[in-house]
Amino acid sequence: MKKKNLLQRSIIIGIVTLVGLYIVIGPHGRRPHFKDFTYSGIKATLAQNIHLGLDLKGGSHLVMRVKVEDYLKHLTEDNATAAQIAAKDQSLEVKEAHAETAGGNYRVILQAADASKVQAIRDAVEKKVELADSKGWSFSASGPTMTWTLTSATERTLSESATDQAFKIIDSRINTLGVAEPTLQRHGAQNSHEILLQMPGIQDPEHVKRLLGNPSRLQLVHVVSPASPSPVQTYATKEEAIAALNSGGNIPANRRVVPYIERADSATTAAQEAKPETKPTKWVVVESPGIIDGAELRTATAVPSRAGGEEYEIAFSLKPSGATKFGNWTGANIDQYMGVDLNDEVRSIAFIKSQITDQGVIEGRFTKESADTLVLTLRSGALPAGIQYTEERTVGPSLGADSIRSGVRASVLGLALVVLFMLFYYHGAGINAVVALLLNMVLMIAGLIIFGATLTLPGIAGIILTIGMAVDSNVLIFERIREELRSGKTIPSAVEQGFGRAFVTIIDTHVTTIVSSLFLYVFGVGPIRGFAVTLVLGLLVNLFSAVYVSRTIFIWLLGRKGKRITSLSI
Amino acid sequence: MAQLFKDVRIDWLGKRRFFIGLSIMLLLAGMGTAIYRHRFHPNGTEAFNLGVDFKGGTVVTARFKQPPTVEALRAAIDKAGIHDAVIQQVTSVPGEFLIRVAEQIPDSAPGANQTGVDPARAKVKQALNTFGPEAEPTKTLAEDPKAAYKIEGTDAVGQIASKQLRNQAIAVTIAALIGMLLFIAFRFEWTYGAAAVIAVFHTVLVTLGLFSIFQIEINLTVIAALLTLVGFDVNDSIVIFDRIRENRKLYRRMSLYEVTNLSINQTLSRTVITSGLVFLSVVALVTLGGETLRPFALALLMGIVFGTYDTIAIAGPIMVWWEKKLAAANKVPAASARESGIQTKGGGDGARGKVGKPSRAAQA
Repeated sequence: MKKKNLLQRSIIIGIVTLVGLYIVIGPHGRRPHFKDFTYSGIKATLAQNIHLGLDLKGGSHLVMRVKVEDYLKHLTEDNATAAQIAAKDQSLEVKEAHAETAGGNYRVILQAADASKVQAIRDAVEKKVELADSKGWSFSASGPTMTWTLTSATERTLSESATDQAFKIIDSRINTLGVAEPTLQRHGAQNSHEILLQMPGIQDPEHVKRLLGNPSRLQLVHVVSPASPSPVQTYATKEEAIAALNSGGNIPANRRVVPYIERADSATTAAQEAKPETKPTKWVVVESPGIIDGAELRTATAVPSRAGGEEYEIAFSLKPSGATKFGNWTGANIDQYMGVDLNDEVRSIAFIKSQITDQGVIEGRFTKESADTLVLTLRSGALPAGIQYTEERTVGPSLGADSIRSGVRASVLGLALVVLFMLFYYHGAGINAVVALLLNMVLMIAGLIIFGATLTLPGIAGIILTIGMAVDSNVLIFERIREELRSGKTIPSAVEQGFGRAFVTIIDTHVTTIVSSLFLYVFGVGPIRGFAVTLVLGLLVNLFSAVYVSRTIFIWLLGRKGKRITSLSI
Repeated sequence: MAQLFKDVRIDWLGKRRFFIGLSIMLLLAGMGTAIYRHRFHPNGTEAFNLGVDFKGGTVVTARFKQPPTVEALRAAIDKAGIHDAVIQQVTSVPGEFLIRVAEQIPDSAPGANQTGVDPARAKVKQALNTFGPEAEPTKTLAEDPKAAYKIEGTDAVGQIASKQLRNQAIAVTIAALIGMLLFIAFRFEWTYGAAAVIAVFHTVLVTLGLFSIFQIEINLTVIAALLTLVGFDVNDSIVIFDRIRENRKLYRRMSLYEVTNLSINQTLSRTVITSGLVFLSVVALVTLGGETLRPFALALLMGIVFGTYDTIAIAGPIMVWWEKKLAAANKVPAASARESGIQTKGGGDGARGKVGKPSRAAQA
């Protein structure tokens, strides 16, 4: 029984150790080669596997500007459309509605059919649309022409909040787990709407840009087309689509003509993916405004279309407010076509099979990579406006070689002190603790690599410290065993009791910290999340190495000497 | 077998008045300093010496003909009176450096009508002039034969740790403490949870107080250190609580006061070894880790010291006092007498004697 137990434990420990070691020193994403396991090979892969922070290695330096004028333009256009619809709902006739966004002024202009209805239209519009004085739009009318102008104070606040929102979204997009250690700062004067991003490790700014992606607006839209089962109505050219609208070459305010980019087959390679301009194959007419927009999404996940398939689709669920809207619409429009519009391009079209309330699927023959990127942007929310890059550089480490050296040296010395003390104070059992400690370090680094964590100098000191604290479990166990020995127990039963008693304590301390880390993770952002991730990782690793491995070594020791054991080096 | 403590019989709870008095004094000193600095700004100090992470600042982009080393640049800027500059060499443009400095107070020199980024530019320029003159404003670096460098740009930057992040860190930590409180309450008692959380608060506040008194720079890593302390401190409290729980079952006749003392003494070796080891590694960081790690290491150092201290000096007494209150409120007099060790102020020899040799009586 004991023997089998020991064998089983040894196998588990062996596998975990080997996997951990491979993650740390083995190459990722390709088959290992014999050369990878020579000294220089390991050194090279290590450098690739472990991401060093801005302070140790430097990275990319990007300044980007949030195109707030695009945001305001979209806002004004949406308001113009909404205003026209609001008037129509009250059976007030509006000849024409448009948005004027030239020269830094943002105006919604409505032409009433009847000048005497101006006040009625104004009331109807301001009740439904955010165009009142209190929302920062000043109203003026001359004859049948009604004009809402965005006041400059509100323009400033809106631009500011758009930049702020972009800032947060960029942060959550590049630092989902909080372990990437970027620095993100507002840049330039207040009205420049610039954001400075430094991304550690990545020496190629283009890569950061790809990581950020740039989709700004997501909408689910109604595609104007005969209902299913007839195929969706598409047009070969934009002109053809406009002609089909039968409105004399103009696009009415409640329609948009947008390109429909059929997702290329899943054979699309990453290289093709990166090319920004793929020619739209077709055009479609969609209703404006859309059914719901990206802000209503609660979650999105990429799932394979078929089990084991290469094609992916995106399952999403909606917030309650969006779910009501979407449910009403889908209920009333069964068999109609719905499109997913990303940046004024329809990416996929599907017909409504049945009423969808709070969840749905975007089918679009996505590749794994494109689905993941889309999911990320959907989850973190779409950027309120596009961004343009105004500065790109790569920068070296922010710490001098001296500081790095002394920091690393101090960390290693700290670790050495712990090791020496354990060996001196606990003799044989100290070796046990040191083995657990080294394994702890390997597994911890492996975990950080899996999470794609970035190591900074304080991070390294933190890891050393976590490991120092991890000895606590061993100290607890050993002290307990000593106590049991003092109270006159036999060696096997003292070990048994020591582990048993200390285990309760260890579980209590670990679970308490894990519980509090969960709070940090769920409610925190950025570095706070990162802290929680690393802490939980350290604790789980510690449970394995300090309790499981340590115990196994004791079982082995006791088993080897059998019942005649008379002394225990502890 | 080398043994640190054998059969210790210290009456920790008997010294509670001294401990709690000491803690209150430390808390008051820290709070007093912070409030005083916040109101009156002696020597231009604030309640806390917030580092460049928490302040907006300026990024100066400078290009050199003969690029100096980052160390030489840092030394020059340090000499000019800017101590927490972040200097990065631009690897994509040879000879170019980005120098991030915190907001600078304009020199009161005559004719200084500087605002915003200008004071920072002026100070950095002053520092860079030690490498040679700057190129004329109208000329590029290559065109001016006498110039050693040119400032290519100065831009304001916001803080890395926004106020929002700071507030969130505080809110989230409190949420995490509530989580701990709930879990400890579930595993032990409410009073244990409350005592542990109060002890943690105490450590964090005392550490922050010392940071205010000595004006040690607070940066993002210090926040991480404080979060680490929270975990370490609770860890310590739970180890002792766990022992108390176990001992209460073993020695049913002993008062909570005695059991607590016994448990603290039984776990003393572990407490001293673990804290001592962490303390050793932190001392290595403080003394040899260099400027960059110092604030982080100092926060940890203080936290380890007070975290260990408060488990014994704060968490224990609060728990015993509270349990006793509850027992007095709930139980019939006969039962409460058993719990009332603290009131008889056993402090003296009576209690100590019992702590030492409880086992026979209790096991019987």
